[in-house]
Amino acid sequence: MDKLIYLDNAATTSLNGVVLEEMMPYLKENYSNPSSIYDFAQKAKKAVEDARSVIGDALKAKDREIYFTGGGSESNNWALKGAVAALKEKGKHIITSKIEHHAILHTCEYLERQGCEVTYLDVDEDGLVTPEAVEAAIRPDTILISIMFANNEIGTVEPIEKIGEIASKHNILFHTDAVQAFGHIPIDVDKMHIDLLSASGHKFHGPKGIGFLYIREGVKIDTLIHGGAQERSRRAGTHNVPGIVGIGAATKLAQQKMEENTKKEIEVRDYAIDRILKEIPYARLNGDRTKRLPNNINVCFRFIEGESMLIMLDQKGICASSGSACTSGSLDPSHVLLAIGLPHEIAHGSLRMTLSEETTKEDMDYVVDSIKQTVERLRSMSPLYEDFVKKNK
Amino acid sequence: MYSEKVMDHFTNPRNVGEIEDASGVGTVGNAKCGDIMRIYLDIDEETKVIKDCKFKTFGCGAAVATSSMATELVMGKTIYEALEVTNKAVMEALDGLPPVKVHCSLLAEEAIHAALWDYAEKHNIKIEGLEPPKADIGDE
Repeated sequence: MDKLIYLDNAATTSLNGVVLEEMMPYLKENYSNPSSIYDFAQKAKKAVEDARSVIGDALKAKDREIYFTGGGSESNNWALKGAVAALKEKGKHIITSKIEHHAILHTCEYLERQGCEVTYLDVDEDGLVTPEAVEAAIRPDTILISIMFANNEIGTVEPIEKIGEIASKHNILFHTDAVQAFGHIPIDVDKMHIDLLSASGHKFHGPKGIGFLYIREGVKIDTLIHGGAQERSRRAGTHNVPGIVGIGAATKLAQQKMEENTKKEIEVRDYAIDRILKEIPYARLNGDRTKRLPNNINVCFRFIEGESMLIMLDQKGICASSGSACTSGSLDPSHVLLAIGLPHEIAHGSLRMTLSEETTKEDMDYVVDSIKQTVERLRSMSPLYEDFVKKNK
Repeated sequence: MYSEKVMDHFTNPRNVGEIEDASGVGTVGNAKCGDIMRIYLDIDEETKVIKDCKFKTFGCGAAVATSSMATELVMGKTIYEALEVTNKAVMEALDGLPPVKVHCSLLAEEAIHAALWDYAEKHNIKIEGLEPPKADIGDE
């Protein structure tokens, strides 16, 4: 297949060439362990600290509040399990939402088995958590509020600053899973009252297997990975130096080009959304129209199923994803689409396309044309569509 | 993920469509789970041979491919022979399915049986060994 249009940047992104170049010396000649004392290790040590500083700046945080981890899932696990362990004297209640990533939801389920109580907040039809609902759920024994910055499926950006204000007012720790947001939209941990924040390198053209957890100075959470004294004795394990250099370089590029990329992506995104909604009948956009990640398109096409749509698009060189049961590996479609109130049969026909700053209108013209053909073809094979047409004759 | 045969039957499904005034129609599965299959049979009154068979399917790649293969397997068979077309036969003819997709082949078998049941009911005959279809057909 010659043509390849990659529209799954929420799953992972390409590694930027400049980032790779910066990483290379630490994969080759500068292979030292930055915890070592000899001079040879000093360059690696400095590279790690430089990357930490770049990330600190990006969040308007202090360098020493950034702790490198193995990725987004580890950061989320650490934040939740670490907070629960450190605050068990204060309480055992956590507030989160129904549309969190599984790295949060499954960790919460695990913590429930350990005796925690978790409130999973409903969201509105666009996937928004309301700050009022967060406040109403607070109990005297609430120890942690964890609400994602932006949703990975439908792209909705949550009112993090308002939720942070509420958490701060009630003196409750506030964690946000910013895996889809960091590197894409501006984040200010002080202004937004964020105490803990998770991010991952490969979501913004950095390498896989590296992430970080921001921990506000003074916030005590237990250690998840025990061992050596790395990361101020809070996260053990030899530093993944090339990874850290990579996430630092990717952060620097993302920060520099954020405004420009956002503008480009929103233009292409909205162009494609408009075309889809105008040209394909019985289609709906999932997620908020404007409070949404610049690169996210999530649409449902009635009467058809997502996996067959993905296979057909794949045959046309288009990489996308779906929230249908067949792609989730269970009988139920995506928990996010169900949480925004979609019936199962509509949720099965969802298509997520997440662009990069390199996606063009021409790409999306080809993609929308391909979707049109695919939807038409699958509808012609669909007994649901047949019944619908007969009913409405 | 899928065998070449599955991909072939998904990409170029055989016998897609409807049969007007079909001898028997069977719809199984439900939209909630993400799979619905409908099979139309045109059966010769005298010989009980399936002269034509068409399908419509809402579902994943495996669901489309198993429907397509099932129509091929029953075409030209008598209704009694068609009853012997099992989900295993459909799977084997497709060179296998991933474990999570085995239920699609069961659905194909059920769809054939449901269409045969419809035929039997309409013509007031009894087909030995044919069970009534499960009542879990929910659209919308």
